[in-house]
Amino acid sequence: MDKLIFLVSKFVLILTIVLATSFVDVHASPVDTYEFKDEVTKIRFQALSKELRCPKCQNQNLADSNSPIAADLRRELYELLQQGKADIEIVDFMVNRYGEFVLYRPKVSELTYVLWFGPAVLVLLGIVVVILIVRRKPAKKEELALTSEQQDKLKQLLKDK
Amino acid sequence: MNKLIRFIPLILVLALGVVLYRGLSLNPQEMPSALVGKPIPSFSLPTLNNAERIVSTDDLIGDVVLLNVWATWCPTCKYEHPYLVDIAKKQELKLYGLNYKDERNAAQEWLTHYEDPYEFSIFDEVGTLGLDLGVYGAPETFVIDHHGIIRKRFAGAIDTRVWRTEFEPLIAQIMTERKQGK
Repeated sequence: MDKLIFLVSKFVLILTIVLATSFVDVHASPVDTYEFKDEVTKIRFQALSKELRCPKCQNQNLADSNSPIAADLRRELYELLQQGKADIEIVDFMVNRYGEFVLYRPKVSELTYVLWFGPAVLVLLGIVVVILIVRRKPAKKEELALTSEQQDKLKQLLKDK
Repeated sequence: MNKLIRFIPLILVLALGVVLYRGLSLNPQEMPSALVGKPIPSFSLPTLNNAERIVSTDDLIGDVVLLNVWATWCPTCKYEHPYLVDIAKKQELKLYGLNYKDERNAAQEWLTHYEDPYEFSIFDEVGTLGLDLGVYGAPETFVIDHHGIIRKRFAGAIDTRVWRTEFEPLIAQIMTERKQGK
């Protein structure tokens, strides 16, 4: 009995350790210590650094990236916010330097039509195809039925077996 | 007609295959610069060799210029360096350096050690000019025409092949434009 209790408690201990470590967030985000004049600016900073893409590490936003250029851009973003620049001005500032690429939601232009409207067009196309298939009239029963000649042939074949 | 319709899925899949296959050979790092066709952003920074000497946009305008972004922390810059020395020796155009987010001492040492191909290097310690130029790494090289307009931005190392394919045609074109007085 003692042994059983020992085993159970050991099991529980191991389970606790495993669970505890699996809940540790291994995703390390860079930590900057910026102080904002108010809560709104802080939220705007967080929102913009998620909207803007790091030019060097292409699948990360400014908030997630550890690269030096992302740190520079976060600092620049912070300074622009401190200067009281509007969001649109900040976005333009970045686009003027790094191109449309820095936006996770690029502006609608000739270059991005496919990107913006492609999915909708594909969905519409799909709907049209489905409607066409559904509306196609099913063949009539008479058409499906065998003619008397075919019926005879069928009987013949079955007899041969 | 009905038979043709049966092939549509196959054709679509093939077309998709071609598109995706092409995508494999594209380089996602190759991005068009937002600054091509625009004038060099204004700046006022010291040179690497002389902290007292302040250079600005005007110092770069007038000739066909190559502005090379480099740093001692950048291994590719080391690879690129001898080619830059060659380019400078040909004296076809003015080569300026932009020492980007570097330490002054280390950078000066680098230039004495490996030969200095630049007319001068702008010392951009915090990367302000780099930011205005949309630089996100080193090496990067900008071609600036005699009017001070940025004509090209190239990210990556220059070597003989890159120089011949990426730069020579454009520079020849700018030179003819210049001769024609444009």
